Amino acid sequence: MSIWSKHQIFEKNSFVLLIGILVAVSIGGLVEIAPLFYLKSTIEKTEGMRPYTPLELAGREIYIREGCYLCHSQMVRPMRDELERYGHYSLAAESMYDHPFQWGSKRTGPDLARVGGKYSDAWHVEHLIDPRSLVPASIMPGYPFLAENELEIRDIENMLKANMFVGVPYTDEQLASAKMDIRAQAMPDSDAAYEFVERWPTAIVRDYDGNPEKVTEMDAMVAYLQMLGTLVDFSIYDDKANLR
Amino acid sequence: MNETYTAVAGFAQTWGLLYFMALFAIVLAYALWPRNGKKFDEAAQIPFRED
Amino acid sequence: MLSLEEGGFALFLVLLAFACLIVAGKTFDQVMAFHASVGALIAAGGVFYIFKNYFDDGGVQIPQEIDGKPNYNLGPIKFGAVAAMFWGIAGFTVGLIIALQLAYPALNFDLPWTNFGRLRPLHTSAVIFAFGGNVLLATSMYVVQRTSRARMPGKILPWFVIVGYNVFILIAGTGYLLGVTQSKEYAEPEWYADLWLTIVWVAYLLLFLGTIWKRKEPHIYVANWFYLAFIVTIAMLHITNNLAVPVSIYSTQSVIVWSGVQDAMVQWWYGHNAVGFFLTAGFLAIMYYFVPKRAERPVYSYRLSIVHFWALIFIYIWAGPHHLHYTALPQWASTLGATFSIILWMPSWGGMINGLMTLSGAWDKLRTDPVLRMMVVSVAFYGMSTFEGPLMSLRAVNSLSHYTDWTIGHVHSGALGWVGYISFGALYCLVPWLWNKKSLYSLKLVDWHFWVSTIGIVLYITAMWVSGIMQGLMWRAYDSLGFLEYSFIETVEAMHPFYVVRALGGALFVIGALIMAYNLWMTVRYGEAEEAEAAPTGSLAAAE
Repeated sequence: MSIWSKHQIFEKNSFVLLIGILVAVSIGGLVEIAPLFYLKSTIEKTEGMRPYTPLELAGREIYIREGCYLCHSQMVRPMRDELERYGHYSLAAESMYDHPFQWGSKRTGPDLARVGGKYSDAWHVEHLIDPRSLVPASIMPGYPFLAENELEIRDIENMLKANMFVGVPYTDEQLASAKMDIRAQAMPDSDAAYEFVERWPTAIVRDYDGNPEKVTEMDAMVAYLQMLGTLVDFSIYDDKANLR
Repeated sequence: MNETYTAVAGFAQTWGLLYFMALFAIVLAYALWPRNGKKFDEAAQIPFRED
Repeated sequence: MLSLEEGGFALFLVLLAFACLIVAGKTFDQVMAFHASVGALIAAGGVFYIFKNYFDDGGVQIPQEIDGKPNYNLGPIKFGAVAAMFWGIAGFTVGLIIALQLAYPALNFDLPWTNFGRLRPLHTSAVIFAFGGNVLLATSMYVVQRTSRARMPGKILPWFVIVGYNVFILIAGTGYLLGVTQSKEYAEPEWYADLWLTIVWVAYLLLFLGTIWKRKEPHIYVANWFYLAFIVTIAMLHITNNLAVPVSIYSTQSVIVWSGVQDAMVQWWYGHNAVGFFLTAGFLAIMYYFVPKRAERPVYSYRLSIVHFWALIFIYIWAGPHHLHYTALPQWASTLGATFSIILWMPSWGGMINGLMTLSGAWDKLRTDPVLRMMVVSVAFYGMSTFEGPLMSLRAVNSLSHYTDWTIGHVHSGALGWVGYISFGALYCLVPWLWNKKSLYSLKLVDWHFWVSTIGIVLYITAMWVSGIMQGLMWRAYDSLGFLEYSFIETVEAMHPFYVVRALGGALFVIGALIMAYNLWMTVRYGEAEEAEAAPTGSLAAAE
């Protein structure tokens, strides 16, 4: 084609432009992102961090599905008012198994990084079903369907496998028993619960939604909320050693 | 603050700055080079060339 | 003979349709079954269209020129313009609904599909990617053809790009409502939608470059530089930020390869540059073509535009970490981000000055031409939000503004004022050009649109400024005994009147857009037709 041959010289120009653009826009990202993987100081040394149990992981997926992160941050900043309102400031280590992270960018509602253990299970269940029954001025949507929906567990092994693939240190034993464990953590009186505790010594077994009939999405959601920010042992955490 | 960090930061603060200034100088020279003036005036007229 | 292009696309779509059918049949995930079925149907529809088109025209080559004039391909651009208007109104309306939900939470109806958390990504994606994206696709296809004086390459390719992109929107949007999201803000679509967008985007890059390669102008006009930077950088950002391992190919869920602090950095490197390259570079390209065109004078300084271009794209890419001040991201990274955000003020204002000064000697047109006024006000909003942005990236300011509605106000002064108005201006120019009409149906209605939505924007951003700062101050207020003065819920209660005002502002903006849609519809239907001699019949035929 004649048009093509005649204008070959200018094609070159658009390639020069293309490469110039690529060079210009690559540098910033490389300089800012790459060191985070190599500088050891990026993630603090802590005691107590473990991957999510299958039930907590499923709860986290529901947290993501319902878009909770759009109104609730999970990142306490080191400022006096935030420390008093929410607790110890968040560490990078605390989200090291979060694929993706849930730091959020907006507090239409309060921060949830350390909500674990602050309220009872029954409070969470009631609050999720009808927020204004407990907090009259709340503008949070209600999620009554969580208490009704049975938890989908068919993909939990694949879910753990995918997490292992990207570096979350689940053991082969934890993977093999994932389907059992996801139910066991919400059924405290079952035999499976005893085995669960052996595999997950620091996880808590409770009937989170108060409904022994079935394992619901509410079980998973409350299990996730109740462990948020509770893993790191701050009594032995050394602030100074991890200054950055 | 470990040593790698200090070294990398030192490098970025000196050579990085020089590199930015050099790039900016190149772009500025290209844009302001008198001989390019006519080319740019022509290019600015492109939207008005009707057909 | 079926051309290689037609055959290739047909084969690709047939394979895609079968793959979708298999997934739809084997999955137990209902949303995946739904999306795979939609995919199969659309792919099959594409194959049908290719063959129907081939048998209708007998496979004739579309002439590149008619009577020595380039035979521009306008059909896909028309599609993009209509889609932009449709998604715009949909996106603005969902925005209004979620604004009302924050003021009156009963409007969530406690159903999965109507709660704020699922509608909010629908709003942001609909306005940014569906409305903004279609405006960018349509205008870029128009501008690159006109400034290259060449027809876009391919018969199927341009349609594949514009329809394929809208299929991505459809999959992403229905996914949000059904609870499919990977939770990365402004990158919520799951792995399969991301994969599809990647394919469409590469096709878009080839289409754009292909047109430039065919050009009959020696120069590549500066607007095309901005479009190219937008396309290339978005590709890089999209792929890096969305790298994920699907739970299985039958599942809608995936696991992002990045985690925690690194993921936060990658996300906001993406997030801020989605603003920088999607909502800025792309729309600056629109400014560099449509403002000179409408003002009938060349850009104020072509030299400045070159410096503006390189400085902007080089510096913008660094600014992301300012979203993560005082978080667990190491301080060196957020400080670096803030530093570049401050420097970014300069190229941003360079661009603003270049846009505004293009009117020097023609300021009187602002009184007579509401379309031009809209575009100029948009550039002014651009200047305002690119001043506010660096300010908010300072650590001290950010410690107050972060997590509050001040951020939402800032974003909307850019989104409604800059992106919205420059898009409206471009569409007001484009529609008469595309449908061969002498002018718009009514300039008076454009005037109404301008004033109604300007009042809307002012209400919106002032409400969010005041309430955002109030919220930040209340969170950190102490009483005389040294206790926190307000509980969190008291700060929520205090927001109520401002949320109502904000919703009112949003409603005015929606009304403005409806006026616009009516005006454009009437332009297409009844606007005065251009005289026969000025209308190249070829472009009409090619629009098929």
